[in-house]
Amino acid sequence: MRKEWPLWEVFIRSQHGLAHKHVGSLHASDAEMAINHARDVYTRRNEGVSIWVVRSVDVVASSPDEKAPLFEPANSKVYRHPTFFPMPDEIKHM
Amino acid sequence: MSTDTVQYLLRLGDNALVLSHRLSEWCGKGPALEEDMALANTALDLLGQARHWLSYAGELEGAGRDEDALAYWRDDRAFRNLLLVERPNGSYADTMVRQFFFDAWHHLALQKLCRSADERIAGIAGKAIKEVEYHLRRSSDLVVRLGDGTAHSQQIMQLAVDELWPYTGEMFESDRVDEVAVSAGLGFDPAALREPWLMYVQEVLSEATLRTPPIGAFMQRGGKQGRHTEALSYLLGEMQSLQHAYPGAQW
Repeated sequence: MRKEWPLWEVFIRSQHGLAHKHVGSLHASDAEMAINHARDVYTRRNEGVSIWVVRSVDVVASSPDEKAPLFEPANSKVYRHPTFFPMPDEIKHM
Repeated sequence: MSTDTVQYLLRLGDNALVLSHRLSEWCGKGPALEEDMALANTALDLLGQARHWLSYAGELEGAGRDEDALAYWRDDRAFRNLLLVERPNGSYADTMVRQFFFDAWHHLALQKLCRSADERIAGIAGKAIKEVEYHLRRSSDLVVRLGDGTAHSQQIMQLAVDELWPYTGEMFESDRVDEVAVSAGLGFDPAALREPWLMYVQEVLSEATLRTPPIGAFMQRGGKQGRHTEALSYLLGEMQSLQHAYPGAQW
């Protein structure tokens, strides 16, 4: 049974206004069951207000081999970080 | 407050407690990790509900028994749960059909209890119904998946339905305890749940390509009055063993 169930990636939004965050994966036979399982496995401690599930095979990932061309050019470009602005206290989640 | 009300609350509490214990027996043995956790969640929901009902029963009884005393220090004859919930787990099909029959009834019962004249009863029911709505959604979904699954899964689901069916009649029978609860505005008339229960169950079973057994079939009875099957004695033997070996033991 287990072998026949495809893998799903689970994203939970913990509060309104925040983005969905990847929390893990699970097995389920279809989308509806994946939502139920996500609810049972990942929101037991009041973590969420919204659930997304995506078939793991539908996730397109970058290859570890491409690490250098993709990410190294961003190193040592400190001027790209907006760290020179004072941040008002009222602004949360930045 | 009358002993009838205490009995009424014991029935509600014992249904939740006994079914919770049955589901907890699956812990670590579920057919998949996700199902294992889902059953454990349901068991914990029911345990929470049992605590509320039994605490209230103990307070009204006024004999100094709290929820633990009622759960761990009564014999099977003093339990007031429906026979349905004490049925052994069997296969996953048996467990899900038992859950489905109970959830469909439980949801209707709690809807009625939300309008109880007793604020405490209405409050407990109002909190529980949100949990039970999900229980029913889940068990209905699985009944359809397993019924309308493979030829083999359909066959064992039909067997489970046929085997558990005689334990459903008791949910709609009333005795003096029910009548007193109705006349005091505390509870509901069990017979009034029969039609909506049947309609819902028939709808789900037909979607699951399963046959609903005859309505007028022979039905078991007695759980609500304390006459149980031997399955309950074994369940209590395990559930109560720690308190009986170490009276008053706490976490």
